[in-house]
Amino acid sequence: MKMKSILAGATLALLMSTAAHAGDVRIMWYSDGVEGEVMKDLVGRFMKENPGINIILDNVSYGVVREQLPVQLEAGNGPDIARVAQIKDNARHWLDLRPLVKDPKYWDDNFGAQADWMRPDGSKQISGFMTQITLTGGFANKTLFDQAGVEIPGPKATWEEWAAAAKKVKESQQVPFAMAIDRSGHRITAPLLSYGANYIGKDGKPAPLDKGAKDFLTKFVGWNQDGSFSKDVWVSAAGNTYRAAAEDFINGQLPFYYSGSWQVANLATKIGTNFDWVATGSPCGPVTCTGMPGGAALVAIKYTKNPKEVAQFMDWFAREEIVKEFSERTLFLPGHKAVVDKGGLDFKTDNALAKAALTKFVDASKTTSETALKLPAWRWSDTFYAAIVTRVGQTIAGELKIDDTFARIDADIAQKVKDAGQ
Amino acid sequence: MSTTTNTSRLGSLLMTPVHLLMRIVDVPLRSLQKATGISGMAAFFLAPNMLIFGIFVLLPLVINFVYSMTGGTAFFLAERNFVGAEQYSRLFTCGSYLDPMSCQEDAFWTAVGNTFWFVILQVTLMILVALVTALILNRDLAARSFWRAVFFFPVLLSPVVVGLIWKWILQRQGLLNFGLYQFGVEPYTWLTDRNWTFVATIGVSLWAHMGFYALILLAGLQAIPKDLYEAAEMDGTKPARVFWRITLPLLMPNLLVVVVLALIRAVQIFDEVYVLTGGGPGTSTLYLTQYIYETGFASALRNPGLAAAASILMGLVLVVLTLIQLGIGQRGEKKGKR
Repeated sequence: MKMKSILAGATLALLMSTAAHAGDVRIMWYSDGVEGEVMKDLVGRFMKENPGINIILDNVSYGVVREQLPVQLEAGNGPDIARVAQIKDNARHWLDLRPLVKDPKYWDDNFGAQADWMRPDGSKQISGFMTQITLTGGFANKTLFDQAGVEIPGPKATWEEWAAAAKKVKESQQVPFAMAIDRSGHRITAPLLSYGANYIGKDGKPAPLDKGAKDFLTKFVGWNQDGSFSKDVWVSAAGNTYRAAAEDFINGQLPFYYSGSWQVANLATKIGTNFDWVATGSPCGPVTCTGMPGGAALVAIKYTKNPKEVAQFMDWFAREEIVKEFSERTLFLPGHKAVVDKGGLDFKTDNALAKAALTKFVDASKTTSETALKLPAWRWSDTFYAAIVTRVGQTIAGELKIDDTFARIDADIAQKVKDAGQ
Repeated sequence: MSTTTNTSRLGSLLMTPVHLLMRIVDVPLRSLQKATGISGMAAFFLAPNMLIFGIFVLLPLVINFVYSMTGGTAFFLAERNFVGAEQYSRLFTCGSYLDPMSCQEDAFWTAVGNTFWFVILQVTLMILVALVTALILNRDLAARSFWRAVFFFPVLLSPVVVGLIWKWILQRQGLLNFGLYQFGVEPYTWLTDRNWTFVATIGVSLWAHMGFYALILLAGLQAIPKDLYEAAEMDGTKPARVFWRITLPLLMPNLLVVVVLALIRAVQIFDEVYVLTGGGPGTSTLYLTQYIYETGFASALRNPGLAAAASILMGLVLVVLTLIQLGIGQRGEKKGKR
């Protein structure tokens, strides 16, 4: 699949290197669930209302956006608009829409809370808006828990309590693993923060790994080695390659899966009525019970040849009724203040499990820690995530001892800061 | 007689525009020849090819070398700062080259080690298996053409397809575990076991490329004169002696070409392994090309200068292997002339 992604990215790069026609707006889009279909429909409507603008929607895998897009951007290429999850790290490539949109105040009022996530430090530019606000959190296979006669841990349950309960289910139900967490630095940051980790140093640059981070990582490596966590996910690649464990959960092989709110539509669609599942929020650590906020942003790229058309599309898509419709149809939590404040979102699903899960994530967002809220707007988050995934993956595979892991993570981050000339 | 005349007339009629074109082309070429001489004409005809070679091979090589002398995370050369040999120094900063973890760039030395062992084992096995296959396919088998096609078929597959096929076979819920389960064997996670994954990358690579090398060896076997075997048979020579004294010496030129081609291909291993294991578990199947790709492009910790330096070093290894291949080719030509 990775190779497919590379080929798709290369093809896209080739396509995008051709001269853009006036009125053409190319969007690079990836989907976790059904949002690609919804977007296609919305784009069709936009083009009917604006016949002079031709939107080309390139549906690509998340891997292409994550690995190929940054390279295109560094080379001064890329699409006109992109849906991205690495928002801050590439902020210097986003177009400032402030002089181009109809009403900058509307954008500041409704998307201002996350504006810093997607613009260079100290800037006031409008780069785009969040198509969804996400929060990491867990999912439990309720059917497996019920069959095993194990009670699902409560809202204040710790990671240790979850590990113990899931292990009982695993042994009773003869499933390969008790728990899994996506191979992602963003995902594993939530438990690290719950254990008291703080990535940001006093000078705003990365701090060395602290006790909180070391405590959870030590436990996490141990849980992988004793078979509590799915080792497959974290050792299945070198480097900081992303791997989701959703398929194992969907196949009924996992009692507990830690991912995030963006999985709700995916799980609802693919699990159907095969088994019951519930969103659990984030397990607690000794310090807090936080998830990691994040999301996907729709950003304009500053290398576009058609900035006016880009702004026209962004204005249209950022309209309150469009954001509301997009969120209701995709089962995503909106990042539009007015839509959130007015409430009354009617998520378009008859799946009671999905609706309950969304409610759970909204509730869980109230306990998000201060540190967690700062990270999406911090320049070095992705550097931290990459170093943790790379080195912890090696440790779980038996290549590094845990103390060496910590030293290597700190060294990798320091080297990256040095390479970036900071 | 009249048919021959008509054919001849038709021929000259068809050639008329060609002759006309040649006369038109001839005028500037004659002037050019006068100006440059015969040797200048050779350069003139080679120029388009050299231009393409220069733009698409030499220029990128030079740019890559310049990149390896620069630092920073930007891709545009103008935005990069000159750091001299710092990237090379970073690659070679090591407590012990035999212990990658003592090196500053541990992933590079892990990749070098993995590639080294992969090349040694894969090429050795490749030669043996391809030779045995060629020897078998050279015999009077029933449905010989069918068997030749069967062994050659994987060569036609894209490396991505090869990687995906074997991933579906070897993954936890894959075909192999399903088959083993039918015989009461517990499923095993082949792709998360360091040793098995390394073996798997060698096996998959053998399966994918062996047919190509077997075909080269088969061509060599078929070029060996049959009368040598007939003479040996009349003398009552044992088959093993025939193999060591006739087949192997006469197959040696093909065998050497196969060794060098297999070596070069093995050093460059990337695509099917990247799809199959992603370089994991940990870094146990991280090979040099993937290291360069990850370091240059895929990782959030990317460093294009370091990737360029590593690719220059890898290029040097490939140059040595190519020179060996050229040497073998020239030696073969000299022997042929004698």
